[in-house]
Amino acid sequence: MGTHGTSPAELGLQAACRSSLAATNHETKDPGMSDTQSPSVAPVAATNVGPGSRVRRSYRWRGKLEAVAIPTAAIIVSVLLFGIFCAINGANPLAVYASIHKAAFANWYAWQETLVRAAPLMLCALCTAIPIRLGLVIIGNEGALVIGGLCATAAGLAVPHASPLATQIVMAAAGMLCGGLWIMTVGALKHFRGVNETISGLLMNYIAIAILNQMVNGPMRDPSSLNKPSSFPIPDEKMLQPIGNSSIHWGLVYGIVACVLVWFLVHHTTFGFKMRTIGGNIRAARIAGLPVGAVMLIACFIAGAMPGLAGMVEVAAVNGSANESLNAWYGNSGILVAFLARQNALAVIIVSILLGGLLASGGILQRVHHLPDATTLVFQGLVFVVILFSESLYGRWKFFQEKST
Amino acid sequence: MSANESLGLWGVPIAVLASAVRGGTPFLFVSVGECLTEKSGKINLGLEGVLLMGAMSAYAISYRTGSPWAGVAAAGCAGMLLGAIHAWLSQRPKVNDIAVGIAMIVFGSGLAFFLGKPYIQPLAPQLPGIGFANWCGNPSIRSAFKICPLFFLGAAVAFAMQWFFKSTRWGLYIRAVGDKPDAARAMGISVVKVRTLSIMAGSFLAGIGGAYLSLFYPGSWTERISGGQGIMAVALVIFSRWNPVQCLWASLLFGGAQALGPALQGVGVSSYYYLFNASPYILTLLVMIVTCSTKRTLAGAPGALGSGT
Repeated sequence: MGTHGTSPAELGLQAACRSSLAATNHETKDPGMSDTQSPSVAPVAATNVGPGSRVRRSYRWRGKLEAVAIPTAAIIVSVLLFGIFCAINGANPLAVYASIHKAAFANWYAWQETLVRAAPLMLCALCTAIPIRLGLVIIGNEGALVIGGLCATAAGLAVPHASPLATQIVMAAAGMLCGGLWIMTVGALKHFRGVNETISGLLMNYIAIAILNQMVNGPMRDPSSLNKPSSFPIPDEKMLQPIGNSSIHWGLVYGIVACVLVWFLVHHTTFGFKMRTIGGNIRAARIAGLPVGAVMLIACFIAGAMPGLAGMVEVAAVNGSANESLNAWYGNSGILVAFLARQNALAVIIVSILLGGLLASGGILQRVHHLPDATTLVFQGLVFVVILFSESLYGRWKFFQEKST
Repeated sequence: MSANESLGLWGVPIAVLASAVRGGTPFLFVSVGECLTEKSGKINLGLEGVLLMGAMSAYAISYRTGSPWAGVAAAGCAGMLLGAIHAWLSQRPKVNDIAVGIAMIVFGSGLAFFLGKPYIQPLAPQLPGIGFANWCGNPSIRSAFKICPLFFLGAAVAFAMQWFFKSTRWGLYIRAVGDKPDAARAMGISVVKVRTLSIMAGSFLAGIGGAYLSLFYPGSWTERISGGQGIMAVALVIFSRWNPVQCLWASLLFGGAQALGPALQGVGVSSYYYLFNASPYILTLLVMIVTCSTKRTLAGAPGALGSGT
């Protein structure tokens, strides 16, 4: 899909849309957040765009500053709110902050813990961040991760005589394929039947978990796994190895590479441009003859392949077999990462590390401050609410606006 | 499901029938609440969080005060508070209500798990059940047909809401705001006010649905108590075409589907236990596939739903 012959008419549309998109990105509304955008938005935005590129160039850094300043401020506000919440529950907020820092970023050991958690978060966040460019809010991340992990395990066990590298390739391919098909189903239901993709994705999370339970309690069960029904384990020598002598595994590299590739795909390829065009105004895209359905399905497949790979990484680097530990909320936390990163794949890397640090500190909050393990979830919820509130602040301050005359 | 042990294969239909009412009640409250919210033109996906928050606060208050009905009231109020946050946030400019819903699921469930931690162990006083099969000698049938008064309340709310939408001035306001916000504005109706009230009232009802979960059936507070019922209820509203009375029938259907897995296991069909347990989700998905369409807007769908206006 990435390369294709472009008809002259389409080129014309691309030129028109490029300018309108450039404007809408910063000014009218977040391109991804508009599920069913009112048709009036795009024309209005297009008329706002002046002919001079000079205007937009001078405006650019201010827009970028805004895009950094507002989320940062939102995080600070939610940290403060979280502190108040801790204080109400009898914990000293400053001590809690110190503990989170200590568990997440204080030393190399803590960093390893953080980065190990950041890897699946990056991949899962892409599952929300890619389709949202098309205007689809997909939150089936957890299900795709579970299905990906399950299929990767099945595939890995199906090739008992393969070399470690071959096993890992087979596992990764199976995980990505199944995760991709899983989310592609969500996209297909949306495209062909108009089923709300948010609801269907969420429902499919539950179905995925049921399939996982059915498989590890039934056909794939290792009889020796008594307390926690699991599949047969992937042999140790075939597991994804740690990088150097750290405890960080190659999943982190997969995550970072995936984020960079997705960023390139979205911002620097024809396919990404088609995605953004459809997300900007689906009717205009249809009229221009863009293959909306095909783009949607392919984007959903790519999106689902990411958490599928995360599932494979979790099995092949952390759990060693498929069991209910796969359902560890990485997928759901990935949704938050995607929104916090404002759907930008490069920002996903940074936000995943931050959130990975928070997840790594769950244990210390329980042990030292006697806060329940749901504390990190409350924090995530607070961040989520505040970050959405901050969406309404874009374009509010003159300082961040263009200064052209 | 206790009904099956002594009844053999008959246990399956009886359990499904009993569970239609029993398991359907939370669906009823959430879907009727969501129906009210969506009629005003906003989607509230966060009802999953509201359901959990309602279940937790009902259980906690019932345990603390000894009165389950105080728990029900507390659940409604807790739901309403979350609804107020949703209402405020989702009506900010440039903020998408689906995303707010996701945030409220995370926030509501986080808060419920956090505050509910101390209440997982203790036993709270439960809501009473009205025995509808007390004439029957079989104790398992008797317990299966014990129906909580909340079900009748929910059914009454469904019928009342139907009448409310159709025949009252306020019902008209809500429909106007949901269909044509601009026209409503021109009529002098405050769109923000109507939507805020609709979302809060809808969340109040959903909170009561949560109270039913923790105080009647299954009747305890655990972190897995809702299991996506809030989300299913949102789908159910689409299935019932934004009609409160049809929400009632749909809830009964879903309640019945919920019992299929445990009931079959009870009579010894246990090979696909986990998949049967997923039957409500699969059913919801199928229902959505069948009822939705890309070609036409669904009859009864509020015009401004999801349009961000």
